[in-house]
Amino acid sequence: MAEFNPKIVAFLCNWCSYAGADLAGVSRIQYPPSIRVVRVMCSGRINPAFILDAFKNGADGVLVAGCHPGDCHYIAGNYKAQRRVLLVQKLMEAFGLEPERLRLEWVSASEGDRFASVVKDMTAEIRKLGPNPIKMLEVED
Amino acid sequence: MATPKKEIPRVGVFVCHCGINIGGVVKVSEVVEFAKTIPDVAYAEANLYTCSSEGISKIKEAIKKYNLNRVVVASCTPRTHEPLFRNACEEAGLNKYLFEMANIRDQCSWAHMHEPEKATTKAKDLVKMAVAKARLLEPQDEPEIDVTPSALVIGGGISGMTAALSMANQGFNVNIVEREPELGGMLAKLHMLCPNFEDASKALSSIVDAVKSNQKINVLTSSEVEDVKGFIGNFDVTVKKDDKPLKLNQGTIVVATGAENFEPINMYGYKSNENVLTQMQLEKLLKTGDLRKPDKVVMIQCVGAREEKGRQYCSRICCGVAIKNALIIKDLYPETELFIIFRDLQTYGQEYEACYTEAREKGVHFIKYTSSNPPEVSSNSEGKLTIKTYDAFLKEMVELESDLVVLSTPLIPQKDAEKLSKILKVPLGSDGFFFEAHVKLRPIDFATDGIFVCGSAHSPKDISESISQALGVASRAAIPMANKHVRADAITSIINEDLCSGCGTCVRICPYGAIQKNEIGIAQVTSVVCKGCGTCAASCPEKAITMRHFTDDQITAQALAALEG
Repeated sequence: MAEFNPKIVAFLCNWCSYAGADLAGVSRIQYPPSIRVVRVMCSGRINPAFILDAFKNGADGVLVAGCHPGDCHYIAGNYKAQRRVLLVQKLMEAFGLEPERLRLEWVSASEGDRFASVVKDMTAEIRKLGPNPIKMLEVED
Repeated sequence: MATPKKEIPRVGVFVCHCGINIGGVVKVSEVVEFAKTIPDVAYAEANLYTCSSEGISKIKEAIKKYNLNRVVVASCTPRTHEPLFRNACEEAGLNKYLFEMANIRDQCSWAHMHEPEKATTKAKDLVKMAVAKARLLEPQDEPEIDVTPSALVIGGGISGMTAALSMANQGFNVNIVEREPELGGMLAKLHMLCPNFEDASKALSSIVDAVKSNQKINVLTSSEVEDVKGFIGNFDVTVKKDDKPLKLNQGTIVVATGAENFEPINMYGYKSNENVLTQMQLEKLLKTGDLRKPDKVVMIQCVGAREEKGRQYCSRICCGVAIKNALIIKDLYPETELFIIFRDLQTYGQEYEACYTEAREKGVHFIKYTSSNPPEVSSNSEGKLTIKTYDAFLKEMVELESDLVVLSTPLIPQKDAEKLSKILKVPLGSDGFFFEAHVKLRPIDFATDGIFVCGSAHSPKDISESISQALGVASRAAIPMANKHVRADAITSIINEDLCSGCGTCVRICPYGAIQKNEIGIAQVTSVVCKGCGTCAASCPEKAITMRHFTDDQITAQALAALEG
């Protein structure tokens, strides 16, 4: 069987994590081509519905990344993101979807290396979990 | 779905090769062909450099020729290039918020250099995602915000003082924050300057006097920046002076914090033998006139610089400094024999090259070593120094005795550069120096509007380079201050009063107090105060809040486009 290449939707805040992802590229740090980045101004912008919609449509993983605690460009949006991610992880458990498929990470604009290692690590973890089971349901339909 | 009612989207897609940066990994022609198959894409083409003047005019031509009402550029990062492409749209009569970027370089070709197939697939997805968002984009107006005509300069060395003077002479108020009790920075420690052997104290005192006597400049010594809030035009800065907090409102910020000198502990007998010095220590002896006549002096270059791992960069100025100090010693003591043991000589530019030629003519010996065969320094019981080194020209080991060994060490980032980078929310590069927005196109800007960098805070520089950068920064920072206002982003939230139930969640959650209830209990946004984070929109239970340019529909469409097919 061909290697499973997970597809991860990544919501990155404009000021820290998106800049960190750029820095990883500028520094030519290599990481798996598994993520598809959606830029938002703040991790606090991420409505739990965005995450659930992504899973419903077959995302194997969702990454939410924002500024480190205390570092948010918008003062405290990242704390709000943290609360919402924890909530969605609980919902996922109730739905029977592994909460590990959803990750919250803090990546600053100067942490290109950290961004790359987050993607590497998350891709490896989701490879172990296998494809999003929702995709299998569609096949059964 | 709130699709624009007025017009059917006609998206133009421009895929950039960026020379080989993208084109060397991603199959650009395949991405273009793919883009043509995406619904609502009316036109797609490849460009060698979409950001070149040719690329920009092609965008403008295509907007007119194909009647495009949305533009997608698949190239680098919006953090550096979005303003350029937005301007192109605007010049072609298209509202600049009808533009979207797909980052297929920084976040694709550069990060997946050895996986061209997968990088191409990812690039197609990123284009599809950008088109999905572009389809739903709406035109926006930008409100104007006032700019406080005052600049904060962090660091009172030659760079900071030069920038401050230039801005003050253009009529702006400047606050210089210097953590030492005196202005001057590293220049205050130097003896004579390379390449013209000017007295550093004289050069310094004339600029310090000019700064101190300038009515527009307020000098805060023994002070440090504690906190910075706000944005271009309106930075709320807290400075700690003599342990007391001081609040400043500033329009722009210049980082001119300079660098430190690397101390080569445990290298070449430094610290264990008092006759092993750094160039900085030699400089002090020369300045005070305390250097007794040595018979021989050996200088070693690249000490703690250009390492395979660790400090990999070249500090640029050390070769010039060594040659300058060698010439000064030759001048003082013509009989002293001087050796400069180097890896590669970096005497760039006319004047430094002339110094090098002069040093050779005056009998300074140059010995080339290799990184695999670095010199070794040992001392006997009387403290006499022996230097063994490989000579790459003779291809054999040579042995020298010397009274003095002088180590040329690199400039390194300030110890607290990271702390300041966090306060300002600007990045540091992998070497720990402040990192500009773009190495070629925006060499003295940060990606964050209104904050700039100059001098050795950015990378090791000599005085003239620091001054050039400082003058550059002063004119960059003057632009918004001279205009007295900047256009704020239109990315703010609006409330649909018909849907608002008056629950007050957004009022409580807004970090800026930008949302209040009106007289009938419905939420209202003060858009100048709104900074566009969108956390209100994410928390509204009635979906009554729209975040301009980042609407629920736009974000969802972009995310789901990644998962199609």
